Amino acid sequence: MAKTRRPPRIGDAPIFRNTMIAIVLVLVALIIIAPLAVIGYEALSKGIAYFGKTIANSDTRHAILMTAMTALIAVPINTAFGVATAWAITKFDFPGRRLLLIVIEIPFSVSPIVAGVAYLFVYGLQGLFGEALQSADVKILFALPGIVLASMFVTAPFVARELIPLMQAQGRDLEEAATSLGASGWRTFFFVTLPNIKWALLYGVILCNSRVMGEFGAVSVVSGNIRGQTNTLPLHIELLYHDYNAVGAFAAASILAVLAVVTLIAKVALERRGAGRVRRPSLAGTAPDISETTP
Amino acid sequence: MARRILPGLPLTLGITLVYVAIIVVLPLGALIFKAASLGPEDYWRIVSSERAMASYRVTILCALAATLFNLVFGLALAWVIVRYRFPGRRFVDALVDLPFALPTAVAGIALTTLFASNGWFGAPLAAIGIKVAYTPLGIIIAMAFTSLPFIVRTVQPVLEELDPALEEAAQTLGASDMEIFLRVILPQLAPALLAGLSLSFARSLGEFGAIIFIAGNQPFETEITALLAFIRLEEYDYPASAAIASVMLFAAFTMLAVTNLLQARALRYTVKG
Repeated sequence: MAKTRRPPRIGDAPIFRNTMIAIVLVLVALIIIAPLAVIGYEALSKGIAYFGKTIANSDTRHAILMTAMTALIAVPINTAFGVATAWAITKFDFPGRRLLLIVIEIPFSVSPIVAGVAYLFVYGLQGLFGEALQSADVKILFALPGIVLASMFVTAPFVARELIPLMQAQGRDLEEAATSLGASGWRTFFFVTLPNIKWALLYGVILCNSRVMGEFGAVSVVSGNIRGQTNTLPLHIELLYHDYNAVGAFAAASILAVLAVVTLIAKVALERRGAGRVRRPSLAGTAPDISETTP
Repeated sequence: MARRILPGLPLTLGITLVYVAIIVVLPLGALIFKAASLGPEDYWRIVSSERAMASYRVTILCALAATLFNLVFGLALAWVIVRYRFPGRRFVDALVDLPFALPTAVAGIALTTLFASNGWFGAPLAAIGIKVAYTPLGIIIAMAFTSLPFIVRTVQPVLEELDPALEEAAQTLGASDMEIFLRVILPQLAPALLAGLSLSFARSLGEFGAIIFIAGNQPFETEITALLAFIRLEEYDYPASAAIASVMLFAAFTMLAVTNLLQARALRYTVKG
């Protein structure tokens, strides 16, 4: 918001202002930038050639592939779920709407370790479906399906929470006009709703993807940590680190750090297009709120 | 008004309910079922064992310390971003979200390397006798790092919307800057601050990835509850793992309720101005 008139406000005295800025900048450098810098420094500490060799290691390549496959399955499914949920919650009134909103938010408040342990008691041998799955010879835990399921749990609310406040604020008039003029539901969604929510949708998808690719705790419980088989990139980093292969661990970590920086840049770019505006913070950063935006 | 002009309710609500049931409700239900099947005596014995109690103490105390640090630093960060214009302000604003974007395992090894006794920060700190890595201090730093954005992002919008007229009125009436901050600005920020605090605390209670690398993981000293649940699992002691995980789940639900309550309050204040 541009201010046309700026009277001197408290804390505007130059000494105080400059001291505050200096302290905060130093702390940001120490707390936020230094961890990022140390990743790059350690990854390249034995030279760029060694870095390349580490990344090309077959176990690391396999971990990258696992992470990419997990994201390729989990993110589209979560996106479809998020869009469907946002449509149901914002375009209709039905009993239990608020309860549904709270249930969708649960994965953000649950520790990833608890999520992983919970999945074990569904699909593990000692779990609800364990024996049935074993006799049917279906492998979910310690394999890709388990990793995908756990990733979907931790990221379940990401897309929905970006769309719900926005679609709530936009109301139902446009869609109602389109359908009353004879457009089908799908046509209404693709030609009326989607153009209005595309940036927020992309924003949610990018945050969801970033979390799926970086998830550690939940995946670490359900994957079984089998080197070269069920290790995703974050798990592979842990393994290399505990093998005293610091350069390898930081080389693998640098891939995820670059992803994090790219995510931040995309986030800022999308925020300039208005995504992420209608929001309030929650355990994952932002959350839908329907109480303040009655149309 | 229940005007059902728009199509798609059965399809979208159906997808939502099936997804929520399979992905969220079923596993959490299975966990509670497993923990409940222990029986009250066994359950109590496990969750109140000395090692479990020690892990709660470590987790809660470290989370409190991390949250307090973030209260001060987060408020200062939000203040500087909102109130001042300086080169690099937008860059700092964007960087605030880095702890959310950086995978926790990556943050974990980076912080451990920085604070190890031969690290960039660890070496000078060791020289003056402060050990960070493999001590509770390391846990606090990992928790503070991963939950930093919460307080900034809850306080920032409220700080932006503060009405300058209130400060001006206080100034005209002769209040000092300190008095204005404590008695005019802080009360307006309080609901948002509280909401941010509870989010930050809840996240710290459940954090795992960033902590296990730096913590040292000594039982009774630097073992967090999430790790204990994980260790019991690796020892194939599934009932104990279920019981400890259920304690964390109840703590999470409690924090979720508290946070929702505080946020509803914070929102009311914002809307009323």
